[in-house]
Amino acid sequence: MELRTFLGGVHPAPSKERTAGSPIQAAPLPKRVVIPLAQGGAPCDPLVNKGDAVLAGQKIGESKAFVSAPVHASISGKVVGIETCLLPTGREAPAVIIEGDGADTWVDSAGSTLEELSVESLRALIREAGLVGMGGAMFPTHVKVSPPPGKSFDSVIINGAECEPYLTCDQRLMVEEPGKIILGLKAWLKVTGAKRGYIGIENNKPEAISALKKAAAGEKDMEVVPLLTKYPQGSEKQLIKAILGREVPSGGLPVDAGALVQNVGTTYALATAIETGRPLVERVVTVTGTPVKNPQNLRVRIGTLVSDLLSYCGLEGEVGKIISGGPMMGIALPTADVPVIKGTSGILLLTPEEAAIPPERPCIRCGRCVDACPIGLIPTFLDQFCRKEIWDLAEEYHVQDCIECGSCAYVCPSKRHLVPALRLGKAEVLARRRRK
Amino acid sequence: MLGAVVSLGGLGLLFGVLLGIAARKFAVEKDPKAVQINEVLPGANCGACGFPGCSGLAEAIAKGEAPVNACKVGGAPVTAKISEIMGVKSDGTEEKMTAHLLCRGGRGAAVQRAKYEGLHDCRSAAAFGSGGKACSFGCVGLGNCVRACPFGSLSMGPEGLPVVDEEKCTGCGICVKTCPKGVLTLVPEHAKVFVACSSKAPGREVRQACRVGCIACRICEKTCEFDAIHVVDNLARIDYAKCTNCGRCAEKCPQKIIVNELAKEKAAVAN
Repeated sequence: MELRTFLGGVHPAPSKERTAGSPIQAAPLPKRVVIPLAQGGAPCDPLVNKGDAVLAGQKIGESKAFVSAPVHASISGKVVGIETCLLPTGREAPAVIIEGDGADTWVDSAGSTLEELSVESLRALIREAGLVGMGGAMFPTHVKVSPPPGKSFDSVIINGAECEPYLTCDQRLMVEEPGKIILGLKAWLKVTGAKRGYIGIENNKPEAISALKKAAAGEKDMEVVPLLTKYPQGSEKQLIKAILGREVPSGGLPVDAGALVQNVGTTYALATAIETGRPLVERVVTVTGTPVKNPQNLRVRIGTLVSDLLSYCGLEGEVGKIISGGPMMGIALPTADVPVIKGTSGILLLTPEEAAIPPERPCIRCGRCVDACPIGLIPTFLDQFCRKEIWDLAEEYHVQDCIECGSCAYVCPSKRHLVPALRLGKAEVLARRRRK
Repeated sequence: MLGAVVSLGGLGLLFGVLLGIAARKFAVEKDPKAVQINEVLPGANCGACGFPGCSGLAEAIAKGEAPVNACKVGGAPVTAKISEIMGVKSDGTEEKMTAHLLCRGGRGAAVQRAKYEGLHDCRSAAAFGSGGKACSFGCVGLGNCVRACPFGSLSMGPEGLPVVDEEKCTGCGICVKTCPKGVLTLVPEHAKVFVACSSKAPGREVRQACRVGCIACRICEKTCEFDAIHVVDNLARIDYAKCTNCGRCAEKCPQKIIVNELAKEKAAVAN
């Protein structure tokens, strides 16, 4: 059978071999956590003050805004401050700093079963558990599962593509906890009323495919779909195209194609929240890269400092760059003193040679970026429009549909900074539309 | 030969007459005032007034849709001329403004926490603080303002910070709008004392990030006899309606971030 896929895309070296086989291990309990108050949607107001004692799983920040997810303490201890901290997204935002007492005492919580929960209580649970998209975008999940009036979901897709090179956190979750992924998928189907569930996995993860096929055996409304290994298969729109054959319209959302796409990590977190009643306070993070001595997949409490993880995994040789996320879409960190947040899927270290960025040269109009763009844009034109600030043309050529996957920059022989240029255009076009 | 001259010359005459008639018949009525105003405007088409070029502004003024002093670039002399054309009393007493950079965190002064290797554009770097600088309030130094200035009055200095040529600066404010960090500002021309820092971070953080940052010590506030300088949000700010350019705050500032250009000028003359 021919494997399903999408048009365009690139084939970066997967580089997953160092961590693909290593089971998820718990990282040591951090002594100090920095929990940003804005992790998905509008920033939360703190519910605790300096000096307060908190328990693991206790809600410490909440917002009245609908598009916002609450944040919870990930360890028990004392709040030592609420300060502005640097986030792995490059922005600065207020964060609650908790000094741990080492006891790891949790708030009382009761688990339940999916059958017991009504659709309404399930939706409330998703919000209360602080679920956000854990692939990196951190969009509040309770908003995502509430379709706007007049629209509905008919399919749910679990995104197990994990197309970013180096990262293996989702892969390990699928191999080790397939039962929970299936439970999570059932919950997504229940809360959205969708009829069919799919689990899309790239064919370079045969272990994950067979584990989930086994777990899904007997489930009539679920299907495990092996996909061709190609970047960015894990992008929502490309996944919907590959699995359902539908296209999300320009400027539209996946709901316009009737599909809800959920990350493996988020699905696992939902299953945990149902079974234990505990909110999202930990996630799996792949710590890897050439300078890492013991690369591994770690179960990490949210707010753990990247520097703590690096000293736990050990370093050897010179570090050229620390990246939050994968090499394609990740963000280079100016320092390792930033916390792991709900959207941190990996910490990737590169050697100075690997991290070196060659000088930018003029565009030679070879058109490789046009072939690579999974959205069907013309990056070479858009690059010129955005740099020369011809915003009308940038908008006409749909700059706002760019998903910033970096496929164009990956294939560019002139090493042009295409993504940041297009990002400028996206911001400007959005600002202009708001002004109108 | 003669035939060719006569026929071509005849054609030329015929088309000339036709064009002449057409020009009369289909003439577009232009407001003579707009034409006159357009002539006195600077003609840089900078767009600082918000109209599409000088002719756009000229038409708007002629129609009464824009005030006579809308051209900040031309300043008082242009306003006076336009007032004359429009037959209104001149209120061109508004003082000329010049752009100033409120940051001195150039090379050697600002601590670098990382190397910025992305797109050579301030907005792009500003998405990650101030590029590689540890201070997230300071000048990014990639020169968007220099490229935006329609009068060539900005240039990149040796410290990696833009330098304003006050002679050429017209106060149009385009650089101020362009700067993603908001470290450029328009200041009345008479003002000679500036707080050259934009950091709202607490003093401890400022010291770690920059050698020349405002640490909000409030010495300037205590020194000022005219109640013209105040520390708000960890940053000293001058009220130019009250400031007399005495320069005492600049003398007392322990971080030397208050710049007194009068003193500089005097020193230059003395040398």
